[in-house]
Amino acid sequence: MEKFEQIQSTAIPLPIEHVDTDQIIPARFLKATTREGFGDNLFRDWRYDRSGTEIRDFVLNNSRYKGSILVAGQNFGCGSSREHAAWALYDYGIRVVVSSFFADIFKGNSLNNGLLPVQLTNEQMTTIFQAVEENPEVEFHVDLARQNFRILGTEHAFSFGIDPYKKMCLLNGYDDLDFLLSLEAEIETFEKQQQIY
Amino acid sequence: MEKTLVDKIWKAHKVHEVEGAEVIYIDQQFLHEVTSPQAFDGLRNRGRDVFRKHKNLATADHNVPTINQHLPISEPLSRKQVKTLNENCAEFGVELFGLGHEKQGIVHVIGPELGYTKPGMTIVCGDSHTSTHGAFGAIAFGIGTSQVEQVLATQCLVLRKPKNMRITVDGTLQKGVFAKDVILYIISKLGTGGATGHFVEYAGSTIRNLSMEARMTVCNMSIEMGARGGLIAPDDITIDYVKDHFSGDPAVLPEAVQFWRSLTSDPGAVFDTEYHFDAADIEPMVTYGTNPGMGMKVTEAIPNTADAKPLSYMGLNNGDSLLGKKIQHVFIGSCTNSRIEDLRLVADFVKGKRKSDDVQVMIIPGSKRVEKQAREEGLDRIFEDAGFQLREPGCSACLGMNEDKIPSGEYCVSTSNRNFEGRQGPGARTILASPLTAAAAAINGKIVDIRKEL
Repeated sequence: MEKFEQIQSTAIPLPIEHVDTDQIIPARFLKATTREGFGDNLFRDWRYDRSGTEIRDFVLNNSRYKGSILVAGQNFGCGSSREHAAWALYDYGIRVVVSSFFADIFKGNSLNNGLLPVQLTNEQMTTIFQAVEENPEVEFHVDLARQNFRILGTEHAFSFGIDPYKKMCLLNGYDDLDFLLSLEAEIETFEKQQQIY
Repeated sequence: MEKTLVDKIWKAHKVHEVEGAEVIYIDQQFLHEVTSPQAFDGLRNRGRDVFRKHKNLATADHNVPTINQHLPISEPLSRKQVKTLNENCAEFGVELFGLGHEKQGIVHVIGPELGYTKPGMTIVCGDSHTSTHGAFGAIAFGIGTSQVEQVLATQCLVLRKPKNMRITVDGTLQKGVFAKDVILYIISKLGTGGATGHFVEYAGSTIRNLSMEARMTVCNMSIEMGARGGLIAPDDITIDYVKDHFSGDPAVLPEAVQFWRSLTSDPGAVFDTEYHFDAADIEPMVTYGTNPGMGMKVTEAIPNTADAKPLSYMGLNNGDSLLGKKIQHVFIGSCTNSRIEDLRLVADFVKGKRKSDDVQVMIIPGSKRVEKQAREEGLDRIFEDAGFQLREPGCSACLGMNEDKIPSGEYCVSTSNRNFEGRQGPGARTILASPLTAAAAAINGKIVDIRKEL
């Protein structure tokens, strides 16, 4: 996994609530046996019509908005556990998703792939959406070590929470497996005393 | 201090603690073809073997066709994914009930029926409906592919313990109201994100009176309100089922039963969140929107507060009733409602009736065993006489990934678990309901109140 330290970027606003992982990447695009290339079908059915033509209204087709930060409505990533949703966002170039809350499995999958979920309050989300709407060029700065999200050119600086273990993993580019493999002896000891039927 | 059942199972599986997170041992992992190939690749890249082969079991379900399963899969990418699963299982020595095997089926149907799922276990699968196995009093939850690899490599995961929620349902269900209606009702009350961050224990006399298969339907949809999982403490019904399906050494059964009986929340245990519902308030349920939280009693009208975007997708309006709504498809299947009891209920209702000419009906058994049993009991002939097609097992039209899809703009009353946009195929309009509400819609060509048909 690549290290995540800080990012400065414009943002893509997606003020829709309960965006499920079937929208992020529909099931019919989950047939690959590798992790690459899912970005082409990110938000496929919102991005393209049945003939494959871009849907003008959708934000990813709007040249005003670009960047590596996606700002989304509450309960982002609900539904299916498909990690392909995190892979698709990352492959497309997204490195941070900001929302007022995330579905649990999506959050875990993101953290395991170097995609940072930043959870802020509803009020802070409103401020961010307004800032992007007023000026799509506005930049944001995300500093993981300081757990700080800033709207550049303004005094708005929001702190965000993150699991300390996951923070350490992201900052160092470690994944859970590196850590778990170091515990092999402990796992074997656990197995010997476990009562199972 | 008094503990919840989740606290107890969690603690019994804790291997290590790190920075507020915990390393939890996983007793059983189920694998399928969609979320496992990159995990096996990961093992190969690291030069690792599967750590505990006998604690992993694979099947092919998401991509498989539901007719002519003896022929090669026609869609090349699906065929490749199923072939990759076969090759990975052979290379790493993981047991596989693949396409064509007599034990093949939807991963959450075969786990319990083959005796893999037992009380007190920790169970994972790269599939959010792993919560199904919680019906046995197990901590069971869906994970991503990176975590599938971690379990393959170490049989452990790094997790943060979820909060505890208890949902109590008391009282007797009305005739025509089933486990599916109970869970759709609960989700409609809590909303699609209402249990996020929690593990749910279902309790109360209504839950206690449900069969194991009905309990699986309830636990299956826990994820649809955002819960990490849902479980039900084991009781006589659980123990009878597990004994019937037990595949281990019978000599350990008495001791095992004693252990399973101990798996309850302590009387004074404190839950972070509690809800209580009265069974008498629950009616047959239908969904009208594009997430499972957008559900209502079949006699109700779509709330005026419902968002425009999902209603526009569904071709519905605020204030509409769904009673009398014409539909074109009925799908009876999925890990939620494809077990033998579901098929028996449907057969009992449709016996001697005939489907509407305007409706296509698919019945997809959850496993080869369910299919075999349905045929042995003569349910296939009842379905055939009614114009319902009994096909072969798989996830089928639940997720628009295989050949079974609902055409754009058409309505499908589905016993599955998700009504997301495009879930059953691009543009498909899904109305979630119980198997009996679905069967009645097939007969009438429109949505009806099943209570008036019994």
